[in-house]
Amino acid sequence: MNAAVEAVQNNNQPLVQIRNLSKVYERGKQKLEVLHHIDLDIARGDFFALMGPSGSGKTTLLNMIGGLDSPTDGSLSVDGKRIDKMGEGQLARWRAGNVGFVFQFYNLMPALSAQKNVELPLLLTRLSGAQRRKNASIALQLVGLSDRASHKPSELSGGQQQRVAIARAIVSDPTLLVCDEPTGDLDRQSAEEVLTLLQRLNREHGKTIVMVTHDPKAAEYASHTLHLDKGTLVEQQRVV
Amino acid sequence: MKYFHLIWAALMRRKTRTIFTMLSVLAAFLLFGLLNSVRVAFTSGSKSVAGVDRLVVTSRYSIIQGLPQSLQAQIANIPGVKLVDHANWFGGIYQDPKNFVLSFSVGPHYLDLFPEIELPDAQRKAFDADRTGAVVGEALAERYHWKIGDKIPLQSTIFPQKNGDKTWPFEIVGIFKEGKNGANGLDQVFFFHWKYFDEANAFNGHDVGWYVLRLDDPKQADRVAHAVDALSANSDHETRTQTESAFNASFAKQIGDIGLIVGAIMAAVFFTLILLTGNTMAQAVRERIPELAVLKTLGFTGRGVLALVLGESVLLLLIGGVIGMALAAVVAPGVSKGSGGMVQLPPVGAGNWLQGIIVMLVIGVLVGLLPAMRAMRLRIVDALAGR
Repeated sequence: MNAAVEAVQNNNQPLVQIRNLSKVYERGKQKLEVLHHIDLDIARGDFFALMGPSGSGKTTLLNMIGGLDSPTDGSLSVDGKRIDKMGEGQLARWRAGNVGFVFQFYNLMPALSAQKNVELPLLLTRLSGAQRRKNASIALQLVGLSDRASHKPSELSGGQQQRVAIARAIVSDPTLLVCDEPTGDLDRQSAEEVLTLLQRLNREHGKTIVMVTHDPKAAEYASHTLHLDKGTLVEQQRVV
Repeated sequence: MKYFHLIWAALMRRKTRTIFTMLSVLAAFLLFGLLNSVRVAFTSGSKSVAGVDRLVVTSRYSIIQGLPQSLQAQIANIPGVKLVDHANWFGGIYQDPKNFVLSFSVGPHYLDLFPEIELPDAQRKAFDADRTGAVVGEALAERYHWKIGDKIPLQSTIFPQKNGDKTWPFEIVGIFKEGKNGANGLDQVFFFHWKYFDEANAFNGHDVGWYVLRLDDPKQADRVAHAVDALSANSDHETRTQTESAFNASFAKQIGDIGLIVGAIMAAVFFTLILLTGNTMAQAVRERIPELAVLKTLGFTGRGVLALVLGESVLLLLIGGVIGMALAAVVAPGVSKGSGGMVQLPPVGAGNWLQGIIVMLVIGVLVGLLPAMRAMRLRIVDALAGR
């Protein structure tokens, strides 16, 4: 197939295409089906909020979309690639180039400065040291933390740490951002700053975002809301 | 190198623990640096004589068993032997039992066998002319503040005089230096005449302790050694001809198998070190499981994470080990000098450094392997969830 034709087809396709996806965990002899036959399309540039009670399978679904876990059954394509068919090493390389992660508890390296934390994903690229530093500075500037580049995580507030984590997630310019309760550990004001930042990344920079949240106010920043219950997709809303 | 800061940051995450572990690595390799060359010296004693220009002939069975004087002329007649002379152990003590003096009674040409002994001609003549005269190494003379003309009484630990007195009077007639090529600790030695010793000692067996011979050509060493040993084959005084280092080693083996003892000490030290650093690494990785999971989330492969953890353990060993061996290189000459030559520690040479670095790398990989494999195999979702 011609590369140009393939590119056009990919652009018309949803970025994330999930078909009949199930996930079963085995704990000893016990089998626990966490996700049941999920079908879902996420278009390029969408901002999805995944909601639902604890144990509904939100984080499991997010982990699948981010390539951190593999489905037991069904198919999962991101940007036209069947990531459910990928081996561990292949998946690691795919994550490095295509997905940015934001966690509830930031998960920054405590011994590294903000700048070095943001540079981490770039270590896996062929960029020179100078280019890595430049790109990390740009990402930090984008999240409004240029003046905190040399600070270690322990010297930053929760909101600032989460913004550093967002800078780390976007520094390699991934297509997709997956965020697991990004405001779960923040006060209201910091949460709003982080959500506004994510919304800006979605609207101004075209990043496709999938975010797990318990907070209906956080979900209001998304363009779509999905509700999961007991591993089943129960409701999909488009936020106006 | 682009990952170095990551490895360094992991290592310095718990500074106190890392510094204490490094200190234990440092101590182990300080000991290694000091003792390994001793071990090598004592375990390589039986190597071939090929290529040396000086050989030592002792009794095949024990160096405390004497050899007949008559052997000297026979050895001298072997083609390729330039010079041969004899010596005997004396075992002198000066004033106090703790002041041991490495002393030998020697034949008239014994000093000529050691061109590295630098003794002024006049002093050499004085030595040849004086039956109770003695020449001593410069370091030994400095140690006891001896000077030419001093009358020195030495007590023998083994040999009494015919009158039963164990104290032997000597006069210092020469003080020699050990030349640049000397590395035998000769400047700690006390030489006096074998003739005086033989005539005055109560045992009066007329036997000698050993012979030293110089060769015309080092290439002939193997042939000459066989020829010397053939002289006494099947007699009651069979000989063994060997290098000086082998002779020194067998001399020390009267006390014990030094090589084995030193080897056992080092093995115990390294075994303890492996347990200690292994525990540190296991603990360090266990604490960082979520961080390692984040690295894998960002796209680091399992092998990449394995390499980072192994890099950390190897770096820990290399830093502590290199500082330890560098300290040994500084301390060894100081110990030799400070002990007044009683303890002769060989310098930490290139061979020692190479062996040391290899041991550091091997231990580094060994102690890092299990935690590194754990890090490589961790499941991201479980690790992030704290399971």
